[in-house]
Amino acid sequence: MDLNTVTEVISPAQVGQWRPGDAWLGGGTALFGEPRPHLTRLLDLTAADWPALTLRDDGLEIAATCTIAELAASGYDIAEKCCHAFLASFKIWNVATVGGNLCAALPAGPMIALGAALDGTVLLQSPEGERTLPVADFVTGEGTTVLREGELLRSMHLPASALTAVTAYRQGSLHAHGRSGVLVVGRSDRDGLTVTVTAATRRPYVLRFAEPPTAELMSVALAERIPDDAYVDDVHGLPAWRRHMTRLYAEQIRAELVA
Amino acid sequence: MKINGAEPDQAPRPGQCLRTYLRDQGAYGVKKGCDTGDCGACTVHVDGKPVHSCVYPAFRAAGRSVTTVEGLAGDDGLHPVQQRFLDAQGFQCGFCTAGLIMTTAALTGDQLTDLPRAFKGNLCRCTGYRAIADAVAGVVNVTEPVTGKAVGASLGAPAGPQVVTGRARYTFDLDVPGVLHLKVLRSPHPHARVLAVRTEAALAVPGVELVLTHADAPAARFSTAQHENAAEDPADTRVLDDVVRFAGQRVAAVVATSEAAAEEGVRALAVDYEVLPAVLTPDQAMAEGAPQLHAGVERNVVAELHAEMGDPGAGFAEAAEVYEETFTTPRVQHASLETHGAVGWLDDDGRLVVRTSTQTPFLTRRALARLYDLPEDRVRVVAGRVGGGFGGKQEMLVEDLVALAVLRLRRPVRHEYSRAEQFTSATTRHPFTVTVKVGARADGVLTALQLRVVSDTGAYGNHGPAVMFHGCHESIAVYRCANMRTDAWCAYTNTVPAGAFRGYGLGQVSFAVESALDELARRLGVDPIVLRELNIVREGDHLTAPGDHVDDLTIASYGLDQCLDHIRAAAASPAEPAPEGWLVGDGMAATMIAAGPPGGHYADATATLRPDGRFEIAVGTAEFGNGSTTVHAQIAADALGTTPDRIVVRQSDTDVVRHDTGAFASTGVVVAGKAVLHATRGLQAKLRQAAGGAELTDSVLAELAGDGFTAEGHWGGSPRSVAFNVQWFRVAVDPGTGELRILRSVHSADAGTVMNPLQCRGQIEGGVAQALGATLAEHVDIGPDGHVTTAGFRQYHLPTFADVPRTEVLFADTDDAIGPLGAKSMSESPFNPVAPALANAVRDATGVRLTALPFTRDRIWSALQPATPGGPAARSDRESGAASA
Repeated sequence: MDLNTVTEVISPAQVGQWRPGDAWLGGGTALFGEPRPHLTRLLDLTAADWPALTLRDDGLEIAATCTIAELAASGYDIAEKCCHAFLASFKIWNVATVGGNLCAALPAGPMIALGAALDGTVLLQSPEGERTLPVADFVTGEGTTVLREGELLRSMHLPASALTAVTAYRQGSLHAHGRSGVLVVGRSDRDGLTVTVTAATRRPYVLRFAEPPTAELMSVALAERIPDDAYVDDVHGLPAWRRHMTRLYAEQIRAELVA
Repeated sequence: MKINGAEPDQAPRPGQCLRTYLRDQGAYGVKKGCDTGDCGACTVHVDGKPVHSCVYPAFRAAGRSVTTVEGLAGDDGLHPVQQRFLDAQGFQCGFCTAGLIMTTAALTGDQLTDLPRAFKGNLCRCTGYRAIADAVAGVVNVTEPVTGKAVGASLGAPAGPQVVTGRARYTFDLDVPGVLHLKVLRSPHPHARVLAVRTEAALAVPGVELVLTHADAPAARFSTAQHENAAEDPADTRVLDDVVRFAGQRVAAVVATSEAAAEEGVRALAVDYEVLPAVLTPDQAMAEGAPQLHAGVERNVVAELHAEMGDPGAGFAEAAEVYEETFTTPRVQHASLETHGAVGWLDDDGRLVVRTSTQTPFLTRRALARLYDLPEDRVRVVAGRVGGGFGGKQEMLVEDLVALAVLRLRRPVRHEYSRAEQFTSATTRHPFTVTVKVGARADGVLTALQLRVVSDTGAYGNHGPAVMFHGCHESIAVYRCANMRTDAWCAYTNTVPAGAFRGYGLGQVSFAVESALDELARRLGVDPIVLRELNIVREGDHLTAPGDHVDDLTIASYGLDQCLDHIRAAAASPAEPAPEGWLVGDGMAATMIAAGPPGGHYADATATLRPDGRFEIAVGTAEFGNGSTTVHAQIAADALGTTPDRIVVRQSDTDVVRHDTGAFASTGVVVAGKAVLHATRGLQAKLRQAAGGAELTDSVLAELAGDGFTAEGHWGGSPRSVAFNVQWFRVAVDPGTGELRILRSVHSADAGTVMNPLQCRGQIEGGVAQALGATLAEHVDIGPDGHVTTAGFRQYHLPTFADVPRTEVLFADTDDAIGPLGAKSMSESPFNPVAPALANAVRDATGVRLTALPFTRDRIWSALQPATPGGPAARSDRESGAASA
């Protein structure tokens, strides 16, 4: 929709240009999807032409402006699966960005699931400098992140070891191809088994098992680590169902990856 | 930037999205369905890639090549995808079609093999997607009828070529020079008195021309509902009121030279409210001492019915089995892809013209004329092609405000709802709570049936009484039962008003009645189909239900027995197998609907031989994908002994005929069609006479063409017949997750003579799909503060391609004595049996009786849990969560 209060677009925009009333603009699919009457300027990041995907020895750097379509075509199976967890269609994938999905911080944000499940980190930039922190800690609640005023998410980094790990994925929704009510990703590598819960919960929960857990241990760990009030209560699924589905999928993933 | 190969002559504004920019440049094929990136109606290609232009920053298209549906066709004619949508008739209202065509044209081979996924971002509210799947697959559904045999043929919609090329003109698809933009400030409170509206700051915003408050509005009260008999609905609404009765109600309007200025003007308004106590449910509203919403309406009861036939007490005493249960249905939104909206101006003669997305141009003209004290001939109401209705546009929700602004400023004004406003400030399906008690003898013959019905009309009574009465009639009149009692109440609450919705109350009550009969059959050990056969009305029966009902309703053709036979055969034939471990069950339900509303529904039609030798048919009814235009052309072609391509239909304009009650209550064929039949037969007789009895060959017509031959036809909508619908499902339920899969869906309809099998099938498929939405997904929620919390397509899930199974459609072979050429209504009614048929199938599969719509996976799973903390707790979680949110 039109953002009628916007009077200027800065393109390409840089760190340090932000002032109150500004919004960093990625693809725009989230920003233009709701009224934003507080905005006066858009700081366009896509025109900076950051390389979308950069593969290095230590892993994959995904620019904030990498589109979902570019990531889905990157050849990483788990990344493509997470892209399919988007409620949005492939047409939105052509425009929406990885960074935009991370910053929207919705429980169902599948880039959060991907980043958290693969021990990814995000690089944040501001005039005060840069900081790096785990994706799992970047999102703090439904729609909230650690981003400070004017701070910008530059990229997400996925470590090489996690990228090559064996993964398992389960997505549950109230509807076929619908918005995720629960998204559980498992990863098995030399560090053991990691199970990441998103969509069902207000923020990501990462459960780590150094040794292959039993079904009972998995069940206990989920109950211990994820309090009942951490499960999201909205139109996309009753909390009790989300909790049940989380346990069901986590157990399926455990069985799949431990076998 | 290039748009369809041409350089645009102006640059986009900084915060503009590509959708509005393209429309500013005249690309009206780019539609607004949601403006949030969810529905896909605005799909265009940017450098060959499909995008949702409503969430695509327009500035970013600089230097790129944009293709809209208008630019898709090549020099050698339609793009193959356009041709396929035309051949398959992969549309009804057509509002989503440009987006579907642009999406389909961009699909890769892989995507074509997985359409449920590929079409995640394309919503169609009309078709149920089968017709779209056919279009993608290249199936040809339309046929070219031969002379004299148009009726009964699968003629394509006359507007098809315009729809697939983006040239069909909906409400806002025209340039109105100098048009001003109207935006509305809406109440944040569910109940409040407006003490003061301070407008100075708003009026100081550059571009703001006018602010309207209750001080500017006529004192007169009216109903937004439109019926031939205006007294059917309580006159309880003002254009702008000094008391607001729901969160989302209009408080003031700002008119400005741009949308931006109008929005800024709205933000600059300051309002002092005296917040009043609010009631959000009928129970609260009808309680002793509850705050009263409208003067003179005791306990907020706007209508009630208490009536009895026979002796229900004796009937229940005689019963071998009695079943009683309470069923609830939530608010549902029509979600027509074109939102409400109107643009008005004064014509050269100073006459008020309102172009609007309406099902009732003539009644809206009448309402505007009364409201502003104008003679009816000083008001013209026109509808372009309407982007879906479903009852939601049998309502005056925008025209009154646009007219007020136009009359005050004497300049053109437009007002277009946002998708969020559709949810917060339009109307919904009436939520019902229905307690049904039904008894039968051991052999399954009913002995007594009792209803206790409470409907919630929201803050205003538009359609409230009529929906309540209608809901309590055909839902039980379809059964022979000597002992019946109905107690019904329709209550005002401080919530978004309910209004007309496909089925008009029947679906809500039938959900309860048909579920209860199924349960009764199970308890008696009688096959549910047999139980229906034992009790349904038969040819020659009177149609009775408790209360005073208009007595012009008769069974002028009877096919319910055939429908039940179809369903029995379907149940005995194989269906898709269920996954291992899933529970499988069958369910059915039967419903009846009157072919037209009680109390008069009028249509005039004019048939004229044009100078060019073609025939012009003028009718009042609007076209919103219902296909009545197609049927009118078919009726006319046969009556005039020609082919439909020589029929030109002018419609939905108060200037073209004397009167038309409107396209609602399933009357497009049975009322307006009958007027067309009379007019065209009359013209045929005149022409034959003028030709001295000779055959009306082309040369004879050419000689007569200059003489202005014309004839009129009229139908008054009474007497009325009834139509029948029976739905059957086989479902599988995964007890581990609550997932439900429809393995087979069969619908049998008694539509009388099927005028256009392609369209009639489409109406049924679309009705079943919309009802599946209401059964499996949709609910408009109201929070504890009275606000609608589901105000977009991400919170309110419409059925997508992936959600809707194919439904096999079967027709009873009947010929109605009243309807034109034997036809009956078939547009609302397919909706009605779907929810109970599905509930009955789930009951068969799982042993659990679901009583509250909708049946989402989480709710099914919760219902399957044993009554331990895991089960009922799941529900109370939600309730306490909502209450504290």
